[in-house]
Amino acid sequence: MQPYIQFLMLLGMAVIAGTTMIVASHFLGPRRPTEVKERPYESGMPPLGSAHERFSVKFYLVAVLFILFDIETVFLIPWAVIFMGTGTLTTGFLLVEMLVFMLILFVGYVYVWKRGAFQWD
Amino acid sequence: MNLNPAIPRDLLLSLLPELVLTGWALVLLLFVAWRHRTVWDLRIAGWLTLLALVSTAVAIWWLWWNRAGVRGVVSMIAADDFRWVADWVFVGAAALTVLISFTYLERERLLAPEYHVLLLLGTLGMMLMAAGADLIVIFLALELMSVAVYVLAGFDRRRARSAEAALKYFLLGAFASGFLLYGIALVYGATGTTNLVLIGARLSIAMRASAMLLAGLALLIVGFGFKIAAVPFHMWAPDVYDGAPTPVTAFMATGVKAAAFAALFRVMYQAFAAVPAWHDIMWWLAVITMIGGNLFALGQRSLKRMLAYSSVAHAGYLLVAVTAGGVAGTSAFLVYIVAYTLMSLGAFAVLIAKGRAGESDVTIDDLSGLAARRPWLAFALAVCMLSLLGFPGTAGFIGKWYILIAATSAGQNTLAAILVLTSVVSAGYYLPVIMAMYMKPEPIEAAHVDVCLDRWGRAAVAAVVVGLLLFGVWPNRLFDLARAAGDSVHAGGTTTAAP
Repeated sequence: MQPYIQFLMLLGMAVIAGTTMIVASHFLGPRRPTEVKERPYESGMPPLGSAHERFSVKFYLVAVLFILFDIETVFLIPWAVIFMGTGTLTTGFLLVEMLVFMLILFVGYVYVWKRGAFQWD
Repeated sequence: MNLNPAIPRDLLLSLLPELVLTGWALVLLLFVAWRHRTVWDLRIAGWLTLLALVSTAVAIWWLWWNRAGVRGVVSMIAADDFRWVADWVFVGAAALTVLISFTYLERERLLAPEYHVLLLLGTLGMMLMAAGADLIVIFLALELMSVAVYVLAGFDRRRARSAEAALKYFLLGAFASGFLLYGIALVYGATGTTNLVLIGARLSIAMRASAMLLAGLALLIVGFGFKIAAVPFHMWAPDVYDGAPTPVTAFMATGVKAAAFAALFRVMYQAFAAVPAWHDIMWWLAVITMIGGNLFALGQRSLKRMLAYSSVAHAGYLLVAVTAGGVAGTSAFLVYIVAYTLMSLGAFAVLIAKGRAGESDVTIDDLSGLAARRPWLAFALAVCMLSLLGFPGTAGFIGKWYILIAATSAGQNTLAAILVLTSVVSAGYYLPVIMAMYMKPEPIEAAHVDVCLDRWGRAAVAAVVVGLLLFGVWPNRLFDLARAAGDSVHAGGTTTAAP
């Protein structure tokens, strides 16, 4: 049980934080409901009707690009932990490695930008 | 030059060819970001790709010449002769693919220079696969290669067959990757490491293999079986090879297969040498792949589909080399993969020359009378077909003969006999191509008027024919190279480890 205490604490904190925010905004925030606001949120699309309809491939492109650059950010965190933790002679190498990683991603970013993947129309 | 990957400078040196190729791929990607509209952009991208591959080959040569190697330490990256020779095969396959792509891309109006970037990234994945001395590195490299090739398979996206091929390849490839990853997880669970050398060391002191390890090993073999298109995991191969753009098919049939086999060799002989169970599995895989591939190929009329099944059959011959194992098996694999890469790419190059815009099927009968109109092209295809058949005087014969020696000296006489018998069967679909070209008249007047290759394609076909005939009559140099490479895999694995 001992090694899971931290995890349970994290879980508990997540539940408390989430509940607090929802409950607090429910009581504290102003409520001016309209018909549109009352609908379930579905990424700006009409929520009712068949789910088996064709939608633009652009959604897919944006999602893939989001995941790519999102994972980059996630990958930075464990790297930062190790980087701060060692403090030995390989620090310079670690820094250069991460810079190279960022450079590769940046080249990809320039590519998708120039090819117009960020333009909706 | 002994490299210690714990030192950053040595690690970078041991990855020099990969770094060169990565740099070129990034430069090319930036070039493509601005220039991606005209035929000239495509041509310049192609020339830059050739330059990239040549400089990578020089980097590999430099490391090989200096006898660079990671010896006596446990590392994630292997550096030995096996890797350099395998890298040359990948770079060579990629370069020949670029050469035969110039005509094809312009004829099919595929004016997207991203093709070349993906080709470079796919080659990078292959090189890392041959370099991986750790299951994680091998898996990541496999994904790098596969993702690039999935996109290439669907590159002709306006054509339904190409899109179908890409989707099929992607779904089944992702499935196979799942098997591989699960296998890696189970092997890690059973041994506590993903490093090939450490796995080998731990298994050699274990009394008997645990059920978890065997399950992991089986899943690994299934994953690799998909990638090399061994029967019964070959179901995707004919449709994907048939639907993908022809130069991409050539690249898949040669480079991807070679990379998967290179990784398979390293995994089996460095990590699982002490587990006898997989030899039986490989034996059966080899037998049914040879029989299945050759029998399916017999029934094909379309040349591209026939070559797809022939590629399955050749995976079977290569599996014989895996089963035979040892230094002889490993070097036989390298000799055969060099020969196979040349003859297969040559055949696809002639197929591109004969094909018309819109990628209509070329049947074997369509080649009737080609020898009278285009004698050199017909001669090139004839050499490739004879080599694929294993006719004496060609590199294909030398490769097969070497595999037979490896198999018989390992006591696998039945396997050797099946190899010879199935090779005889394969004459039933290779020889009709030659017969059609040389013995049948042209079906209609001027049936072959528009058959031609540009000068790059001609250079590729000439290189293939010269290579096949040269290695066919004077294979000594190739033998020496392959034997040194085979030694390096087997010597490196067993002596170094501390569990």
